[in-house]
Amino acid sequence: MDSLLPVVAAADAAPLSPEQLRELYSLMAAVRYLDTSAVAWQRQGIIPGYAPELGQEAAQVGSAYALDTARDFAFPTYREMGVARTMGVDMVAYMSTHKATWHGGMYDPLASRLAPIQAVVAGSVLHAVGWAHGQTLSGEHGVALSYFGDGASSQGDVHEAMNFAAVMKAPVVFFIQNNGWAISVPTERQVAGGSVAARAAGYGIPGIQVDGNDVVAVYEATRNAFAHCRAGNGPVVVEAMTYRRGPHSTADDPGRYRSLDDERIDAGEDPLERLRKRLLAEGVADEAFFTAANQAARAEEEAIRTGIEALDPRPGNEMFDFVFQETTPALENQAARWREESEHV
Amino acid sequence: MSESTTAVLETEAAAETRSVKLSMQQALNRALDETLSTDPKTVVFGEDCGQLGGVFRITDGLQAKHGESRVFDTPLAESGILGMSVGLAMAGFHPIPEVQFDGFAYPAINQIVCQIARMNYRSRGTLPMPITLRVPSFGGIRAPEHHGESLEALFAHVPGLKVVSPSDPHDAYHLLKYAASRPDPVIFMEPKSRYWQKGDVDTADGGTLTGARIVRPGRHLTLVAWGAMVARCLQVAELAAEDGIDVEVLDLRWLKPIDAEALAASVGKTRRAVVVHEAPLTSGLGAEVAQLITQSCFDTLKAPVERVTGFDVPYPSGDLEDEYIPNIDRILLGIQRVLEYRRG
Ligand SMILES: Cc1ncc(C[n+]2csc(CCOP(=O)(O)OP(=O)(O)O)c2C)c(N)n1
Repeated sequence: MDSLLPVVAAADAAPLSPEQLRELYSLMAAVRYLDTSAVAWQRQGIIPGYAPELGQEAAQVGSAYALDTARDFAFPTYREMGVARTMGVDMVAYMSTHKATWHGGMYDPLASRLAPIQAVVAGSVLHAVGWAHGQTLSGEHGVALSYFGDGASSQGDVHEAMNFAAVMKAPVVFFIQNNGWAISVPTERQVAGGSVAARAAGYGIPGIQVDGNDVVAVYEATRNAFAHCRAGNGPVVVEAMTYRRGPHSTADDPGRYRSLDDERIDAGEDPLERLRKRLLAEGVADEAFFTAANQAARAEEEAIRTGIEALDPRPGNEMFDFVFQETTPALENQAARWREESEHV
Repeated sequence: MSESTTAVLETEAAAETRSVKLSMQQALNRALDETLSTDPKTVVFGEDCGQLGGVFRITDGLQAKHGESRVFDTPLAESGILGMSVGLAMAGFHPIPEVQFDGFAYPAINQIVCQIARMNYRSRGTLPMPITLRVPSFGGIRAPEHHGESLEALFAHVPGLKVVSPSDPHDAYHLLKYAASRPDPVIFMEPKSRYWQKGDVDTADGGTLTGARIVRPGRHLTLVAWGAMVARCLQVAELAAEDGIDVEVLDLRWLKPIDAEALAASVGKTRRAVVVHEAPLTSGLGAEVAQLITQSCFDTLKAPVERVTGFDVPYPSGDLEDEYIPNIDRILLGIQRVLEYRRG
């Protein structure tokens, strides 16, 4: 694709070890399996809704793989299941948000280093900047990884965040998954100039586009961005060019805004298949490895589904318990009345 | 006399009397200074907060004393300031952001309502938001448009936020320190028309800071007010006393949570109430107060709770401000309506 900014090509990337390459494949396979299953769970009535990420596995796994959960922190939107999985988040706890158990999910954000799931697009981009500035203030070396889409990039908060981060030299990686669509609106009708990365120049920060369907390229680009931030050079914009192959959510009908032919042409080669071919060609993995990886993914999905099915709704009192750290008399009264009136005493 | 000598003398005087005369601006400044000194996780920031000390000088001298990492200027973007506060709180800091004027809290509403107010809930209590948002509030200074607003009902309506407004330097000093020490987000509404009024501040003893406060006891009627309206209600009470009407003035202070017990106790005694606020009438906090009073005092009330408020118009220009903000006459008329009420 043509762009004002350099595209980090796979060929430029420093080699990952064979073991790491295989790990990337296993992660992508696990994410693919869980993602397609989650759509099926919705059809089967196990969960009320889900935001699939089919086709974005390389962008999510590759970027999150560059993150160090001992010191960094990621700020997701609603579509970062692959990020959560790569970071080692408890996937039943993560998926519980799609089961409508609790907004934000049931995982511990501090322990897992993943902020709660966020439905306001661009809502968390400024949080990443604040968290990153906190690292500077306390002399720590963590980097914030902020996920958002090309649609979200139209929000004023993204512009404020990039400006704040640049002025304060905050260690934050703005990671845009440009999946071609914001629900029904294609990038060319969403992003003036056609590139989110190009905006970085206006804030005096480096902005790069990367082939978001090449997991190794994504990993390398994000790793370089982390290194740049950690060295005290301030923020980086990384725009991963990918494609949302499925619907926006399980409630969406992409047939209203694109055809299957469009999808086939625009999506390009499947990122998972691409990595598979590469590993085979380089002799890094053989068929036995892929079979084992796919079996592991299937077993994992089954365990997560069992966990999700076993999740009960939360007790109603929690609705009142988590509004404040220090509750109020009015809230206590409302909770007491709720208990009486719903005979939950 | 050098500044340090003055400071020493002031300190000695304070030790004796435990009380110093400060303007509300000075009291707030001192509260921030002490909070920065005692809590290393506190950060104070906003537009022009650093070198300038804020347009109202509330942060005057704090950057020089505590350094640029603790007290800093941000770019001019309110959503940015509040959104950044969320991340700082997640990183273990205690942010005390400022929006320069009440009307400029609107561009930050998304971050305040969708993010700050909900993060504790969304994260099941694991990501508390110990943020104190200082908002120079209300009118009365003939400022341009958007430089005087009464946003209390808007904030108080949002689950997850607490709202407080001091009415004098003593409370300003203690309530700000108290708010800044709490683990939940507090919208701190500073009555900007009272910034330069001096008053006695007992720095050693703040008294009870969690509820409402009777600032003048009385027998015949309760005036309920907060922020800048408290001083006006005290004036009204003096005038009413000349006519033999003994008015009690209750400074609500916390607009969320509202001290329903204090309302019940005061109006239970006086059996009549008038709520006074600058904000527009419709769906204002006066309605909430009236309902709380009705619920606790229905049997003993001698008249329906009366409201004397601003009107349902955009906050008017300086020349019309005196027509808009409840003035002494309108409050006296409100009192009269309650006293002369006859059951139909
Ligand atoms: C502030 C806000 N406005 C509107 C929406 C409704 N909405 C949800 S997702 C979406 C499109 C977002 O597109 P993009 O940022 O490109 O992310 P993608 O869904 O493609 O991953 C819209 C309009 C929202 N969640 N938040």
